[in-house]
Amino acid sequence: MTVNIPKVTHTTQAIKVKKQSAVVTFFSNLLRSWTGMVGFLIMILLLFISIFGQWIVPYDPLLADFSKKLLPPMTDGHLLGTDQLGRDIFSRIILGARVSVIIGLTTVLIAGTFGTIVGIISGYFRGWVDVILMRIVDVQLSFPFILLVLVINAIIGSGLRNIIISLAIGGWVIFARVIRSEVLALREKEFITACVATGVSRTGILFKHILPNLFTPIIILSSLQIGTYIIAEASVSFLGFGVQPPEPAWGNMLNEGKDYIFSSWWLITFPGIAIMITALGVNLFGDWLRDTLDPELKGE
Amino acid sequence: MSDKVLQVNDLRIRFRNGKETSQPIRGVNFHVKKGETLGIVGESGCGKSVTSLSVMGLLPIKTSEIVSGEILFNNRDISRLKEKEYRKLRGNEISMIFQEPMTSLNPVFTIGEQLSEPLRQHKKMSKSEIRNNIIAVLKQVGLPRAEQIIDEYPHQLSGGMRQRVMISLALLCHPKLMIADEPTTALDVTIQAQILELLKEIKVKNEMSLMLITHDLSVVAEMCDRVVVMYAGEVVEEAEVNELFDRPLHPYTQGLMKSLPSNNERKSKLFSIDGQVPKPSEIGEGCVFANRCPFAFEKCFAETPPAFNRGKHISKCWLQDPAVKEVMQNEERSIVNS
Amino acid sequence: MKNEVLLTVKNLKKYYEISQGMFKEKIVVRAVDDVNFTVMRGETFALVGESGCGKSTTGRTILRLVEPTAGEVVFKGTNLASLPYEQMRSLRKQMQMVFQDPYASLNPKKTILQILMEPLKVHNKFDKKERLRKIIAMLKIVGLSEYHLDRYPHEFSGGQRQRIGIARAVILQPDFIIADEPVSALDVSVQSQVINLMLELQKEFGLTYLFISHDLSVIQHMTDRVAVMYLGKIVEVADTEDLFRNPKHPYTQALLSAVPVAHPKEEKKRIILKGDVPSPANPPSGCAFHPRCPFALEICKTKMPEPTTFEKGHTANCHLYIKNEEEIEYVTSYS
Repeated sequence: MTVNIPKVTHTTQAIKVKKQSAVVTFFSNLLRSWTGMVGFLIMILLLFISIFGQWIVPYDPLLADFSKKLLPPMTDGHLLGTDQLGRDIFSRIILGARVSVIIGLTTVLIAGTFGTIVGIISGYFRGWVDVILMRIVDVQLSFPFILLVLVINAIIGSGLRNIIISLAIGGWVIFARVIRSEVLALREKEFITACVATGVSRTGILFKHILPNLFTPIIILSSLQIGTYIIAEASVSFLGFGVQPPEPAWGNMLNEGKDYIFSSWWLITFPGIAIMITALGVNLFGDWLRDTLDPELKGE
Repeated sequence: MSDKVLQVNDLRIRFRNGKETSQPIRGVNFHVKKGETLGIVGESGCGKSVTSLSVMGLLPIKTSEIVSGEILFNNRDISRLKEKEYRKLRGNEISMIFQEPMTSLNPVFTIGEQLSEPLRQHKKMSKSEIRNNIIAVLKQVGLPRAEQIIDEYPHQLSGGMRQRVMISLALLCHPKLMIADEPTTALDVTIQAQILELLKEIKVKNEMSLMLITHDLSVVAEMCDRVVVMYAGEVVEEAEVNELFDRPLHPYTQGLMKSLPSNNERKSKLFSIDGQVPKPSEIGEGCVFANRCPFAFEKCFAETPPAFNRGKHISKCWLQDPAVKEVMQNEERSIVNS
Repeated sequence: MKNEVLLTVKNLKKYYEISQGMFKEKIVVRAVDDVNFTVMRGETFALVGESGCGKSTTGRTILRLVEPTAGEVVFKGTNLASLPYEQMRSLRKQMQMVFQDPYASLNPKKTILQILMEPLKVHNKFDKKERLRKIIAMLKIVGLSEYHLDRYPHEFSGGQRQRIGIARAVILQPDFIIADEPVSALDVSVQSQVINLMLELQKEFGLTYLFISHDLSVIQHMTDRVAVMYLGKIVEVADTEDLFRNPKHPYTQALLSAVPVAHPKEEKKRIILKGDVPSPANPPSGCAFHPRCPFALEICKTKMPEPTTFEKGHTANCHLYIKNEEEIEYVTSYS
């Protein structure tokens, strides 16, 4: 059989064409769902202001001016008013976005990586490893998430870095659980049996066959968990454990504003709305992602 | 006319999926006579199941649409009935059994509860009457211990028994037409033999017509009086069962029969039809089978063949065109003469 | 060539234990229960039976895709059942498998090139250029072209996927291939194409097949010898032609008679078996077939029948042939 090898070049080309078309299908799918689109736009906006926030704020968010304290919205050039120290609330919300984004992304990265590894080990090797790991997960899941985060924070102290650590410790179990069940299901798939029959080694099966098929559930779960972490950070900061003043974070803005709730409503209303919109956006996007990536839901 | 229970005339169905549309059924004609068994044969994707669902009014409303044609049940067009009116028909005068006996019963209800549903819907009966009726039907389909099975759950029964329950469900209201969509495909041969025997028996006993949808030619040979062969959304051939097996006219039917292992010498290379069934998007002008047909000539690619009748044997193939035949015979003669 | 034994299966057992809860006794499902047979080099040996009879589990146990409970699987003189994992893994290049469901057995995230490259990489065969050449040659043999290399499995039809599955099994040029219902998920016209392909490949590469199927017409067409299984046990072994002409075991007779006719005018005498296959978790005593057997004797209820040998390696496990001459006559005249 004569074979002309130069044809291989067209191989790589074809793959490139495929990848491009995947991006195209991503956006054409997105355009079809308005909820997904809204979620996507909110996330893009959030990312933008958290990166460029410090250049677009109209006032210095840390600058206290007692002559201008507790101004209502739309007065004196303060769009959303000022707080008890006379700091511009709009500027503080914009800068606070950065805290939320950093916490959301870093926590999901740490918790996701650790949880996924545990889930894979548990699901693939089963046996006593699985039993021990899953009992740990069970015990932790029976403990309220926020309470656990607070306890860890109380022990290791507050601050941005510590709150990320505590959220990650609280959050990895969800990943471990979901990924384990995915791996269990994948293990039984016939194409995995086919790999064993071919003679692929255990590590080969794990990394080349099971891992790529976990990509979709990991992406979906991560996008949904980011929302949870952002809200959790806000809750912890509200309770005074999280990011410490004067650095602005949505949660500690709520905390500081709670004393003025009856006299100056705008102190807590606007950070609250910011948290709500963010969580909503992340969840809308996550839901859309799940619907498009899950082949069983496709076409409905 | 009155001896036809069901008549499907020039049925065309369109499916929508997002912006794409496809037409899995393009101009299907057939009828079912009183008391006969009509077989509809074809491979996956030929549209046989879509056709049967359209008769039952079970096509997904949002994504499908009957573009043209009519479905006459007892001379009444039912293709555009409202859902409410259809419900009076379904399970009552037309009933259906499905391929998967495992999934077509609801696991949380007992057999009796599931079987009483159509009776409550369509007949006015007291509770004890319903129960007696169900037990009678369960016995009729050959289930042992009918009095106990009525209170059992589907998971307590084997596959063959579940299919019997499905058949009894379809029988309850004494339908005039029963549609069986691959009723034995999921079953083992020995169980298949039991179920086919049962279907023959109850058809005669209940004086109903049977529309049997299958991909298995031997099931057709076993069961049917008349056969409709479907390919890529069209009826390509229709004939009495003996006539079809003795003299298949359409090259597709011929190919199907020749490719059965039992019609080939042991260990020899099986006859096979080259290529693949075209996707709905690939179907254009000309005969749908032309790209795989060993006898195809120019006309086959250019024009869609009409249905040619030869007595009651109908086939959609240009080879059956009297004009084409004449030309071919002349050619043959000229070859012989020269 | 034909007389060389390639594979011997001795007393192979696979039991599954199902836990019923803390204080209840475990249920033991005997999926494969004391199965014995040999496969000669170059032949096609069939395992036939109805769903749940253990034919697929037997195939998977031989390849150690399922660990056997007991017994030996001797392949070219090596007992696979006791082989360490890594040694078994490298032996797999000599024995491959074709699966039933062409949709489930190909990784949806891999291209055809990756799927076919994997076995070569794993067993470190050929250099890079040579591998690609082999893959393209193999694709051509199974009726696809190099144009398909970068496609994903979902872009193919069922028949084409099964061709890919076969290419993956054959590309290592194994001696032995277990084909587990390779054509039962396919349409008639595609089924014949795949059967032809398998016959061609057998000739070209001198393959030995263990062909697992429930479809008797396919078995009759393409196999040399057949073992009939019922409830985890082999009840009859014979040359294919011999078995179809002269089945001995009542179950085989019923099975053959249940095959639908090929032509409407054909008349067939049916032995319609009563009832369903019993659960392998709770098999009947004695001969497992006795509750459904039209000829069951008293002894069948208590004693498991030993194999009786007829001419040309035809054996059947049935008391009818152990008892006396008269009954043999009765049974054979029935078929």
